[in-house]
Amino acid sequence: MHLTAEEQEVLWLSLRVAFWSVFVSLPFAVAVAYVLARANFPGKTLFDAVVHLPLVLPPVVVGYFLLLVFGRRGPLGEILEHWFGIVVAFRWTGAALAAGIMGFPLMVRAIRLSFETIDRKLEAAASTLGAGWAGVFLTVTLPLALPGLITGVLLSFARSLGEFGATITFVSNIPGETRTLPLAIYTFTQTPSGDEAAMRLSLIAVLLSLAALYISEVLVRRAARRVRGEEDAVGRH
Amino acid sequence: MLSVDIERTLGGFRLAASFLVGEGVTALFGRSGAGKTSVVNAIAGILRPERGRIDINDETVFDTALRIDVPTPKRRVGYVFQEGRLFPHLSVRQNLNYACLFSRGMPPSEFDRVVELLGLRDLLDRRPGNLSGGEKQRVAIGRALLSSPRLLLLDEPLASLDAHRKNEVLQYIELIRDEVKVPIVYVSHAVEEVVRIADTVVLMSAGAVLAVGPAEDVMGRPDLRPGEGTFEGGAVIDARVVEQDMEHDLATLAFEGGTLTATNVDALIGEPVRVRIRARDVSIALERPQRISIQNVLEGTIADIGAERSGIVDVTITVGATTLRSRITARAVEQLGLTPGLDVYALVKAVSLDRRGASAVT
Repeated sequence: MHLTAEEQEVLWLSLRVAFWSVFVSLPFAVAVAYVLARANFPGKTLFDAVVHLPLVLPPVVVGYFLLLVFGRRGPLGEILEHWFGIVVAFRWTGAALAAGIMGFPLMVRAIRLSFETIDRKLEAAASTLGAGWAGVFLTVTLPLALPGLITGVLLSFARSLGEFGATITFVSNIPGETRTLPLAIYTFTQTPSGDEAAMRLSLIAVLLSLAALYISEVLVRRAARRVRGEEDAVGRH
Repeated sequence: MLSVDIERTLGGFRLAASFLVGEGVTALFGRSGAGKTSVVNAIAGILRPERGRIDINDETVFDTALRIDVPTPKRRVGYVFQEGRLFPHLSVRQNLNYACLFSRGMPPSEFDRVVELLGLRDLLDRRPGNLSGGEKQRVAIGRALLSSPRLLLLDEPLASLDAHRKNEVLQYIELIRDEVKVPIVYVSHAVEEVVRIADTVVLMSAGAVLAVGPAEDVMGRPDLRPGEGTFEGGAVIDARVVEQDMEHDLATLAFEGGTLTATNVDALIGEPVRVRIRARDVSIALERPQRISIQNVLEGTIADIGAERSGIVDVTITVGATTLRSRITARAVEQLGLTPGLDVYALVKAVSLDRRGASAVT
């Protein structure tokens, strides 16, 4: 299938938005997942609910809130622009932000589950061998949570590729800047002669999703084998 | 040197343990639920007592009065857990070298020595997932040894192994005891393990310490029998090999009070051995029996006759400076007219060797 320049642009933009949304939200998701899995504090239920909010709210609502908070006049938008020179309103960075927030609960859930299944006795064993809190986290907790990390990354990546409502509300539908795959498909369906183009982009979306699923499945299987303490399949015949 | 004096209440269970032990192997011995694991967890800093003090080699690592609580990573206490707890995502080599990541490791020469000692050379590139139980425990012991510990804690390291593996791992632990100069605290509820490897025994029951002393004293005391059923009770005797009859595969062992013969003694002449004689393997005769298969007939004096329990009585017999126990029926005591002070012959059916070598029947 030969891709037109416009299709390539849409595809490239979507991948870039999805990559950055996952990349930036991953450390936060790990931190939040760890806190939810391990810590007990007053208001934990409320915190948990807030983290999950993007999962249950209409995406348009999330996009609207983002517009209020991160718009150029919004409190955080002004800070970002003034101190870091980052403008997110009506930019592809804003699309990444919207996608990251929509995928955040999925990522946190997967990683949290992984943290919760770790045998904490292994962490105690590590501490008797000289590992402090950070050492235990980096050498035992995080590596053992790898399958959950991969799952979380995939879910949030897929969610980012498919993000529509929050994106179009927050950063609009600007060709080459914020028109990601779903937005482009939507646009074509609104155009009288756009049927074929919409179908082509939809097929690309299907292939992309299949590829992401396949890669993550392979990675998760390999990581799970490692975490169970089995030999790597590669190099053993 | 290890000094422990701690208190902790958890639910309905109260732990109040206090003891002071020196070099060598100290066994924390008692039934499951006696609080042994809580004590080693407190020593390692995994469990925080409500009150008390713990000193390791003159360093106070815990003291509620002085508000000292050295965190676990800084206590330099090697811990071998019941289930090994190897890191599944790391190879055996990486497990052994784990402490190096936190500057608690040892030089490569020491790594090689421990690997040789525990026979781990062929396992280095394996992953823990498909090691046998015995191999896992050997790796766990090596990993703890390679973290520069000043004290090694072994919490029922044989509990999850079958009899054959138990013996194998126990031999490695004996090797460590003899080759590596690190004090060991060994938690166990199994008499045969404790008499085989311990120098000192701390006897625990229901969260309290009942007795502390040399293994042969504590394990031989008839009044202290926790965890050992009516089957295993007996005397522990330190002896020395004085003769090896290769032709009959018989060894003569001298102890304070006489000699014993035993088969299968895997020790050289002059070497010390520790033997255990179960009370149920000792019979009593008033005259020296003739034409009898039993090889060990010891002259002694009845020191004490215990209380009857469902028709069974424990008789304590002194043989020279050594104390034996004999478990016989109350009717036999009556028929033979046994009383304290009476001279008798103790017929020993079986001698098991606890240090070096397998058990022996004579």
